Amino acid sequence: MIKMVTHPERCKSCRYCERDCPKDAIKPSGKMNAQGYEYMSVDEDLCILCGTCYTVCPDLVFELLEAEA
Amino acid sequence: MAKEFKAPKNIKYVGFCPGCGHSIFVRLMQEVLEEKGYLDKNVCVVGVGCSANVHGDNVYGDNKMECHHGRPPVAGNGMKRVRPDVFVWTYQGDGDAYAIGMGETILAAEQGFPISVFVINNCNYGMTGGQMAPTTLHGQVTTTTTKGRADYPINVMPLIQSIDNVAFAARATVTSPAEIRKLKKYIEKAVDLQMNEGKYSFVEIVSPCPTNWHKSPVDSCKWIDEEVTKVFPLGVFKG
Repeated sequence: MIKMVTHPERCKSCRYCERDCPKDAIKPSGKMNAQGYEYMSVDEDLCILCGTCYTVCPDLVFELLEAEA
Repeated sequence: MAKEFKAPKNIKYVGFCPGCGHSIFVRLMQEVLEEKGYLDKNVCVVGVGCSANVHGDNVYGDNKMECHHGRPPVAGNGMKRVRPDVFVWTYQGDGDAYAIGMGETILAAEQGFPISVFVINNCNYGMTGGQMAPTTLHGQVTTTTTKGRADYPINVMPLIQSIDNVAFAARATVTSPAEIRKLKKYIEKAVDLQMNEGKYSFVEIVSPCPTNWHKSPVDSCKWIDEEVTKVFPLGVFKG
């Protein structure tokens, strides 16, 4: 089973993911990471695991990984 | 069935500015090298510019050389002649390839060196603080053209396209998922042409530079789609 894994510490708040998410599942979280950028949060109920956020993210914040059963 | 999207293992940390197109290109390149099995059999030749940020532990591992400003195609040619089994690619900016290195860029294409050239075009000198570059658009404000550039940008693609020794020439951008996927196809084609047929290929990537354009990353991409692609049209020009 594929699962979304996020790395909020890498986020630089460019918001390409928010722009391109086909289900509008990605929104700013309102919290800062250690670099001082507002990172994004994913609504897992809306997410369809399409991988668009991985494709557009310059900073490798999103990964879709095979979850170990 | 959802597909797995796993970050390339060589990228430890991405040190480019927020929204920079360099980061996306570097990731695509590492994905292609991993998929095609050249991860330990490739040499990245960088000149001077933001592309030089790949050094150290900043972006990814070994196998890279920084040469004189603007000379990656000729330095890469030397390496390729000595080690034909290795994938040699140059990673340059527009200032490196089209300003100080224009002679070498054209020489490499004209002689058909068996290497792949990747140029990130962000319409200014990014690393030094956003001065005017040969690719700066007419009317574009930079730190050295404060009232907008009076003359016109240089478009290298028609010249590269007209050279017989060029096997593949294309221009892509990173402003949408579709364009990013196209760019990955171009990179794959460049790898195949070099390693299977020993041919020269040239790929230009129109990249946003939000820091020096003084725009948000999303607005920078809009500006590329609306203005920059009129001057630098996208697509495959040869091959």
